[in-house]
Amino acid sequence: MAFFNFHKNTFKHGIHPPESKGETNGMSIKQFPFPPVIILPMAQHIGAPSQIIVREGQEVHRGQLLAKAEGYVSVPLHAPVSGTIRKIANVPTISGKMSPGIFLETFPFSTQEVLEGKPIDLDTATPEDILQGIQGAGIVGLGGAAFPTHVKLKIPDGKKCETLIINGIECEPYLTTDHRVMLEQEHDIFTGIKYLLKATGTQKVIIGIEANKQDAANHLKKHIPKGMPVSVQVLPVKYPQGAEKMLVTSILGKEIPSGKLPIEVGVVVVNVATTAEIGRLLPHGQGIQERVITIAGPGVKKKGNYTIPIGTPLRFVLEQVGVDEEISEVYMGGPMMGVAVSNLNISIVKGTSGILVFTKKDVNRIPKIYPCIKCGACLDACPILLNPSKLGILAKFEAYNEMASDFNLMDCFECGSCTYVCPSHIPLVQYFRLAKRIIRKREANKKEEVDA
Amino acid sequence: MLKKTLDISSSPHIVKGRSTDEIMKNVVWALLPVVFFSIYSFGLNALLVILTATFASIITEHFLCKISKKETTVRDYSAVITGLLLGLSLPPSFPLWMTFVGGVIGIALGKYIFGGLGYNVFNPALVARAVLQAAFPVAITTWHPAFISNRFSTVSESVFTWPFMEPQYDAVSGATPLSAFKFDGITTSITELAFGQISGSTGETCAIIIALGGIYLIARNMMSWRIPVAVLLSAFLLSGVLYLLNSELYPSPVFMLLSGGLMLGAVFMATDMVSSPITPLGLWIYGCIIGILTIVIRIWGGLSEGVMYSILLANAISPHIDSLIKNRVYGTKRKIKAT
Repeated sequence: MAFFNFHKNTFKHGIHPPESKGETNGMSIKQFPFPPVIILPMAQHIGAPSQIIVREGQEVHRGQLLAKAEGYVSVPLHAPVSGTIRKIANVPTISGKMSPGIFLETFPFSTQEVLEGKPIDLDTATPEDILQGIQGAGIVGLGGAAFPTHVKLKIPDGKKCETLIINGIECEPYLTTDHRVMLEQEHDIFTGIKYLLKATGTQKVIIGIEANKQDAANHLKKHIPKGMPVSVQVLPVKYPQGAEKMLVTSILGKEIPSGKLPIEVGVVVVNVATTAEIGRLLPHGQGIQERVITIAGPGVKKKGNYTIPIGTPLRFVLEQVGVDEEISEVYMGGPMMGVAVSNLNISIVKGTSGILVFTKKDVNRIPKIYPCIKCGACLDACPILLNPSKLGILAKFEAYNEMASDFNLMDCFECGSCTYVCPSHIPLVQYFRLAKRIIRKREANKKEEVDA
Repeated sequence: MLKKTLDISSSPHIVKGRSTDEIMKNVVWALLPVVFFSIYSFGLNALLVILTATFASIITEHFLCKISKKETTVRDYSAVITGLLLGLSLPPSFPLWMTFVGGVIGIALGKYIFGGLGYNVFNPALVARAVLQAAFPVAITTWHPAFISNRFSTVSESVFTWPFMEPQYDAVSGATPLSAFKFDGITTSITELAFGQISGSTGETCAIIIALGGIYLIARNMMSWRIPVAVLLSAFLLSGVLYLLNSELYPSPVFMLLSGGLMLGAVFMATDMVSSPITPLGLWIYGCIIGILTIVIRIWGGLSEGVMYSILLANAISPHIDSLIKNRVYGTKRKIKAT
């Protein structure tokens, strides 16, 4: 009911899917067993894949550099376990594409001590040192996007970061990793914030948390170090508030201009788990070897939050936690934006925030797509204020260029709210993904023609 | 051992449980009290008219799907709604063969030739009623009194008129509050209107039951609240201004709201999602057009009732209402066409 909504403390529109967090939000983080073999794809972040610097047969120590960053928008990869490099070959990734990768066989009786590196001292380091340290640690956005964090923290000339927002929203149903991290790793979070403040030259930090994690908000509030310019803001629960654009609007009431980054309005947004990782790794100069993942969904037996080494094969994970016989779909990430896994031979990557297992009867397989009845539910859901109904009709006629030029298709960030609410079960987001892809391809082709 | 094959699908992997047929089903539930009251006040006549209209709609939809070799779309309940609404908008003693023709026309010309559910420009039930009004002007304005004592035991002679024959009416025939006011200057009391102690189309007489159906659908978020509010508010305001100017000549705004088909039209007919605009502002404009036109036709037109034509006209321009509206997309200054 937009008419009575004065948009206080929140963004426009959005949806309220069932939260489904109750099963795991009370379960503290547990260490997951080391798999016998780690499979590490090099393409596990946005940007150029890492470059392998080890050879087959080499013995590596946990935390040792395996692959270096290829250029600026890229990060290195570290050994998640101590072991032997068995093979360097192409490995499957979630997108279905193959990526160069490393098969690392774990030493069976190793203590799995992590190699210490060159610490980044908070007092003496320059902002540039910290950014290099963050890149050197292989840190990417752990919320799911896996965008290299140092790139985001680099303030462009002429811009100033006035507010640093720590994203503890976790609006995806089922996922509770950020929730548990906030409850259990407050020390790392605040250390991380110190690094981030120095790196960006910011004076003000706001930690945004949704009201369904009030305990985490209280916990963090209690532990704010003396003199630190941090405030915790509890926001009403609404999907997709965890999206950068929506979060900035919810907290500051500002809109990020189309196609621009939050720094355009003087804001940098960093995920809370990423912040904790920075606070944990930088004082020791170590690289990222593992991450916290929620394993949940109706098809899982031992649900919970686990610290799992990067590169752990999905098959091993599911065998350890036990899954239902009738397992039908496995998602990496949340149910709204997560990707359905086509084969269990892929492995955990840095951006994996959750593993959800659904059985046949839980999957809402839509029996029938009805025509659009113009109910307008998608217009009331779209946080970017697009008209998904019209875009869907245009997509059917393959009017992709018109979708982009007249109806701002490229502003869609594929949150899935329109598809979620559509009573006719029209796979709108799927259409939009396809349309965006085709438009990008056409633009690239055009550019090539011009260059030639 | 883990299964070898997995299913894959595009995100989001969860959907809101509500589907189009469920919305349609709920509209049917919301209409049922109206149907029951109609049978209660007009007896077997109303029952037969409503059943015939619904039956004709369902049969036509099924038949058209069959001859175009498509899976039948009867199960989406939209044909049931068309049939019920048509039945509820006809006089209680309306000949059944005419009712049947109406049901066929509503689905075939009002909906199917446009492409079926989701593509109809007009509310199919009103298309049917407009054709019937043009073809059978006497039968559709001959009103049967409510609450006659033998209504559950006998059926009016006119109901069973042979096709293409002139219907014979019983000696007593009632006037609707609107026609009584327009042609004889008689006003009906508000309580009689609210509780349906009056004559009129089978389903339009009890304003309160209709409003409750609407509140149910709005509460379940299955209907736009903006349309009925805009229709009723604009009709109320216009007739209120007129009433203040000359209370001798013009009826009170409350009378205007509760009489005739305004409540039924505002709640169940103007709110047809397919034939109404999609943008929130568009819904307001659309609703106000219906409300104002209804009052204009009622007061200055040759007919005593104007809801049907107002809605049909607003249906016709609803895509154009949307195309006048511009939206600002998040993070942009540019205003783009809403549709």
